[in-house]
Amino acid sequence: MSKEKKVREPMFHIAKRSAIEPWKAWIIRLISIAAALIVCALIIVVLTKENPVQVYASMFKGSFGSPRKIWILLQNIAILLCISLAVTPAFKMKFWNLGAEGQVLIGGLASMTCMFYLGDKMPNFILLLLMFAVSILSGVIWGLIPAYFKSKWNTNESLFTLMMNYIAMQLVSFFIMLWVPNGSNVMGLVNSTTQSGWIPDLFGKKYLFNILLVAVLTAVMYVYLKYSKHGYEISVVGESENTARYVGINVKKVIIRTMALSGAICGLAGFLLVSGTNHTISKNLVNGNGFTAIMVSWLAKFNPVVMIVTSFLIVFLQRGAGEIATTFRLNESVADILTGVIIFFIIGCEFFINYQIKRTSKHKEEK
Amino acid sequence: MLATIASFINAAIIQGIPLLFGSVGEIITEKSGNLNLGIPGIMYMGGISGIIGGYLYEHYTEEPKAFLCVLISFLASLLGSALMSLIYSFLTVTLRANQNVTGLALTTFGVGVGNFFGGSLLSFFGESGSISLINTGLAYKTKLPFAGSLGLFGSTFLSFGFLAYLAVIIAIVVSFVLNKTRTGLNLRAVGENPATADAAGINVTKYKYVSTIVGGMIAGLGGLYFVMDYTAGAWTNDGFGDRGWLAIAIVIFALWRPKSAILSSFLFGGLYIICVYIPGLSSAAKELIKMLPYVVTIIVLVIASVRNKKENQPPQSLGLTYFREER
Repeated sequence: MSKEKKVREPMFHIAKRSAIEPWKAWIIRLISIAAALIVCALIIVVLTKENPVQVYASMFKGSFGSPRKIWILLQNIAILLCISLAVTPAFKMKFWNLGAEGQVLIGGLASMTCMFYLGDKMPNFILLLLMFAVSILSGVIWGLIPAYFKSKWNTNESLFTLMMNYIAMQLVSFFIMLWVPNGSNVMGLVNSTTQSGWIPDLFGKKYLFNILLVAVLTAVMYVYLKYSKHGYEISVVGESENTARYVGINVKKVIIRTMALSGAICGLAGFLLVSGTNHTISKNLVNGNGFTAIMVSWLAKFNPVVMIVTSFLIVFLQRGAGEIATTFRLNESVADILTGVIIFFIIGCEFFINYQIKRTSKHKEEK
Repeated sequence: MLATIASFINAAIIQGIPLLFGSVGEIITEKSGNLNLGIPGIMYMGGISGIIGGYLYEHYTEEPKAFLCVLISFLASLLGSALMSLIYSFLTVTLRANQNVTGLALTTFGVGVGNFFGGSLLSFFGESGSISLINTGLAYKTKLPFAGSLGLFGSTFLSFGFLAYLAVIIAIVVSFVLNKTRTGLNLRAVGENPATADAAGINVTKYKYVSTIVGGMIAGLGGLYFVMDYTAGAWTNDGFGDRGWLAIAIVIFALWRPKSAILSSFLFGGLYIICVYIPGLSSAAKELIKMLPYVVTIIVLVIASVRNKKENQPPQSLGLTYFREER
């Protein structure tokens, strides 16, 4: 008996699907989300020993329990969605921008600088316009630095942008130390009496401006990616740089332009956070949303409209888990655990959309 | 003056040890072509698993023995980080998911698990306050018996718990395995060009799994060192901070060489705390100095890409998933 005859063929093998109908793909995704929720329920039951239905009810209460909670939910979705929109064009181009956190933060810092030094010195409307421009500009600069090196020397962008986050964080700490002389390191509300540099309430609703702006931005981004020439160039570069070069697309220019756009929207998110939401700044202003946005965008397959759903899902989880934490006196980090589990399932289910597992047919012709 | 420098070097090494574990673990992982951005999460997991193991042992025993304290928490830590890396390998290798997204999700998950159990472990057992494993912490901090008698040299270079020496030994062993053995050669082949490795009969899936899991376990020890030795068995939420990302930065800084990672880690450890040792700095200026490790990493990254020397590049297939039928 030679050794080769003993080699057994595996029972199954994996083959790439040529195409799958969209409804089938969505069924697979829904099944995976359901499975994720079951696993999350198990985790919660083990931790709290409570009825999982009650726990999910309490999560619902955390998100929709009162008009105020709904507003906070919408506001959080708006910010997360805004950052997700920002990272999307770069991702579609396969430019791994892990620096959204820093780009948003630096935009927020720029806004805060204007608010701090120029508050009450000019009409509020002009100040707001200035803050808007300056934060977008600084977001662009923060995004362009890695993009320049990427396009010129192919420097690894994911590690570069990652490091830029921490530089931005230290810059923020530096300015807080400079501005808050008492050494508490905590910046309180800025201009709280005059509200100079604060985005005013629209129709008496706080956050409404943020929400409307991001809604418009979502629509614009959808059209930009799907119907504009720029959007087309981004997809070609993302699919294959060589193809792009062959058809005469200036790859360097597309990389620079797209990262500028990405940074600009991040800077805008920083403006919305500082001027429209918190009216103060800290190192943790962005609170990990720069990373969460990457997952939101990826789960939505870079489709801005689907991102509304995915960002809702993530924010709902975070708010809900916060509520569970207070009701059952658990630590708030339970939200991160649940988010992690759900993302694992959704990432994993893509496999079943792109590939199929086939039973290996038995070969009998060989002897 | 000499005493200050000695204490600075000592502190730099202490800060550098978790980074060394993390970066050596990540080097092994990246050599197989897996860019594991979950390392920060894995390090949290390694820390909290060690804490949980040590706590359970101290909780259920009347008189905890130092040796068992160490053994149990050590094994628990390895188990926790191995599970995390298993999730990563299963998703990226078997299910071919995107490595960046999986890694980031793993970091969210790991930091969440760490802070969750760090914050609520005691309340599960009906206790209050914060975790502090005195016995286990002391056992980990046990120094070499003759360190005290060697004066300044002893207190600077020999006054560490055993994990610190383990970190250096692991780095040297990994360097040997990667560069001098058949296994290392195969592993590097998988990271450079999995299709070629596959054609040469190397089991790509196995190499990716094993290297990612072993790498994760080593990185997790960095978390264990931090909670057991550095903070002496106490857990503070988010106490480990951004050291995990710094470890990934060191991988670049050391150009994927475990031996260079040893000195790089101590250098970064020094940069991490140098602001304390420079006299006359305002607290604002200190924050600027803390920027140094990241700036230095960027400069190295740029220089390496500009010079474009073959031996200084990341593994060629880093970050890409491999599917045999897709060529």
